[in-house]
Amino acid sequence: MAESKPKPEILAKVDYQPPGDDWMELPVEIRPGTFNYAANPANAKYLDLPHVRKWQPTDDDWQLPENWQEIILEGLHDRLKKYRSLKVFMDICVRCGACADKCHFFLGSGDPKNMPVLRAELLRSVYRRDFTTAGKILGKLAGARPLTPEIIKEWFLYFYQCTECRRCSVFCPYGIDTAEITMMGRELLNSIGLGIDWITTPAANCFRTGNHLGIQPHGFKDSIDFAVEELEEITGIKVDAPINKKGAEILFVSPSADYFASPHYYTLLGYLALFHEIGLDYTWSAYASEGGNFGLFHSADMMKRLNAKIYAEAKRLGVKWILGGECGHMWRVLHQYMDTMNGPADFLDQPVSPITGTRFDHASSTKMVHICEFTADLIANGKLKLDKRRNDNVNVTFHDSCNPARAMGLFDEPRYCIEHACNHFNEMPENTIKEQTFCCGSGSGIGTDENFEMRMRGGFPRANAVKYVHDKHGVNMLACICAIDKATLPPLMEFWVPEVDVCGIHELIGNAMIMKGEKRTTDLRGEPLPGMEESDADESGEVKEVSEDV
Amino acid sequence: MRALFSLFAVAVIIVVVVLAVTTDAGRLFFGTILPYAAIAIFLVGMVYRVIDWARSPVPFKITTTSGQQRSLPWIRNSNLESPRNKWGVLGRMLLEVLFFRSLFRNTKADLKDGPRLVYGDAKWLWLAGLIFHWSFLIIFIRHFKFFVEPVPGWVMMIQNLDGFFQVGLPIFYITDGLILAALTFLFLRRVLIPQMRYISLAGDYFPLFVIGGLVISGMIMRYTPLRVDITDAKLMGVGLVTLDPVLPEGLGAIFFVHLTMLTVLLLYFPFSKLTHMAGVFMSPTRNQANDNRVRRHINPWNPEVKVHTYEEWEDEFREVMKAADMPLEKDTESK
Ligand code: HEM
Ligand code: SF4
Ligand code: SF4
Repeated sequence: MAESKPKPEILAKVDYQPPGDDWMELPVEIRPGTFNYAANPANAKYLDLPHVRKWQPTDDDWQLPENWQEIILEGLHDRLKKYRSLKVFMDICVRCGACADKCHFFLGSGDPKNMPVLRAELLRSVYRRDFTTAGKILGKLAGARPLTPEIIKEWFLYFYQCTECRRCSVFCPYGIDTAEITMMGRELLNSIGLGIDWITTPAANCFRTGNHLGIQPHGFKDSIDFAVEELEEITGIKVDAPINKKGAEILFVSPSADYFASPHYYTLLGYLALFHEIGLDYTWSAYASEGGNFGLFHSADMMKRLNAKIYAEAKRLGVKWILGGECGHMWRVLHQYMDTMNGPADFLDQPVSPITGTRFDHASSTKMVHICEFTADLIANGKLKLDKRRNDNVNVTFHDSCNPARAMGLFDEPRYCIEHACNHFNEMPENTIKEQTFCCGSGSGIGTDENFEMRMRGGFPRANAVKYVHDKHGVNMLACICAIDKATLPPLMEFWVPEVDVCGIHELIGNAMIMKGEKRTTDLRGEPLPGMEESDADESGEVKEVSEDV
Repeated sequence: MRALFSLFAVAVIIVVVVLAVTTDAGRLFFGTILPYAAIAIFLVGMVYRVIDWARSPVPFKITTTSGQQRSLPWIRNSNLESPRNKWGVLGRMLLEVLFFRSLFRNTKADLKDGPRLVYGDAKWLWLAGLIFHWSFLIIFIRHFKFFVEPVPGWVMMIQNLDGFFQVGLPIFYITDGLILAALTFLFLRRVLIPQMRYISLAGDYFPLFVIGGLVISGMIMRYTPLRVDITDAKLMGVGLVTLDPVLPEGLGAIFFVHLTMLTVLLLYFPFSKLTHMAGVFMSPTRNQANDNRVRRHINPWNPEVKVHTYEEWEDEFREVMKAADMPLEKDTESK
């Protein structure tokens, strides 16, 4: 979109006062900058989605299928019977308001329907009217309302202004997870053909080629080969990066952005360097060339369809276990859904680090280990030579991505990696990290250009915490372990805290790691590598010469 | 408006009771028939609710983790915030139910100049909520003395603790003051904080007024000249639980108001948000362990879905893969 982008000074003025006194009366405003475009019909068809048609949210008439009300209400009924979460969450909210100011979209927009409690009420009010005694009898008085096309528009707007980050769920006295409600809402919208393109197209790509970007196998190979060459240029070491190699010990799966987008790419270089250095017997897969899963943002069924490739490929290749790269929502799927959906993985072995011998007992059923867990174990066992000074040009803070934080509890592993790779590490305020971490504002498939204003608003609390450590400690690097973060935090930083850059943890590891026989003068980004002059103490003469050349 | 409506509804109920109990039929209805009906509806309704929830399966283990997972042996798992086993879950639930752990986390966001978002402590809701619920429980237990003879020792102990300060005559129970204060706070925040007013439904004010009515009528009977005769109340209470209902003459209108507030609360319970009392135990984000990768969770309706198999995929891309020298399962030319 070439339209004028909003300015930080304007977006920073947020009015938290609710307009009027009845949210049910508020009109739905589909405003440029705050919504996502509709799904490309061809891709929706490719996935056999229902009620495919050409439409846009800006249309007055969304051409809902004739029996749309029936589809929605039956769909809701069906899901109430399939998900206890939905049923309990529909019934027990006491509207205590504890969740209200926990949502980054509310904090950044002030729109009352972005309070998690109201977001849930958008669906709950319809539930009350058709599924509860009180709602049937008392109607609006009981907070019930009949389903209208206007409500469908409202759902579309607000279920795509929720990044399914689950921050609200941490604060709710009953653990009510608005993400769960959003997921149901999106499934219902999809059932009447109201999907968004940024989710449907990657899902279709992934289904067909194996990754969200739609890169075909040879293109995938090209990217990996190119990265190998680039790494050679930087380090003087030619690493091996096998693809679809049968009989490898480990299958490595990472988000496709790692090999096609920046700054993800530097993390990819970091993985490649690491695997070479420890002599890991592993393989990439072109068929399972996507760890991420935009199906998660579409429906449980789509999630399962895309996720199926990982176990299938592990089985075909005959690997022992699976290692997963840096990605947030990917890990929600791997940790909380994969085994249930596509397991049991009884054809795999209990994961054991071939380098340290550590048994990863916490992954004994799913048989998939997070790369930060893997690397932290390497470091703890003294298997890596890390020179922290090589990262002295960065002052790092760590952004916990929503899913590894609130759907996994992965807090200490990445921090341990950072602390062993960097001298300068400063945490953001405690209300903004770990389980209370703030979303990048663009997760769950809504990181589009057309949705730019809403993303900057939603990312405001995160950016504001970064600004705090930037001002206070001179932080200039925001590390994260998520592909969506790496794609969306840079524009967020540029908008709110332009002095701060974004990187992955394995980029930091890759920079700090002293490789046998390396000839390095630059870091993985091709910029001068600090501390080389001193780092030669335990290195070969060759390295010394190179560093003196700098 | 929604608050006024609820207040009005409660006021109407009170007026009706006061008028009705001037007749024998009214006393019978509000003193015997409705209480029994309410108890039955409450019990059946709550059991039905729980069974109805339980009938929907939990397809996925969607624990919300609020602490460090168990992974490497040297990393300390936070078993209460990110439970690795049943004991952790039990502890987490106990903290939640007894001490409102999650509500204790509450913060209040403020946007200051700069712009700077700051998150201040906001423990008042937690405190008021905790005081309200605990006072309610203690008052409830104290009431056992009206229903059973002899009164169990532990009930007396709780009662004596509650009257610990020995002020006033009759001795003032601390919980009476606390619950009134807590209710007042819960009500005021709903009407004074604009966002709270905005999200509140009539159904959110109604129980506050009913419980307020319950507490105030109770206090009137204890601390004012409208005092009720304890022996009469006990006769009535014991009669109620021994299924031999009696309504002593001495019980005045205020007693019936008190009883009816409780009756209304019981009737309202199963049909409202008050079911959170049972639902909190069934919340899938809280009552499951974060052991997903250790114990496979079974989804009873795990659907068959259409996938893109490796064979189909290779068929589609065989030529380009061959050109790129990538390994193939099936090489067309060699066959
Ligand atoms: C973990 C357990 C529980 C938590 C966290 C909890 C929390 C809450 C909260 C936050 C409110 C709303 C206060 C307001 O904003 O107005 C409330 C209301 C209420 N709760 Fe609970 N509750 C729990 C268990 C129970 C139990 C076991 C009972 C049993 C009697 C109960 C009875 C009530 C009643 C009667 C209200 C009415 C007051 C109102 O509607 O505001 N709760 N509870
Ligand atoms: S914190 Fe939970 S109970 Fe309170 S309003 Fe939000 S969703 Fe409802
Ligand atoms: S899941 Fe995140 S984005 Fe969605 S309502 Fe909750 S806090 Fe907001």
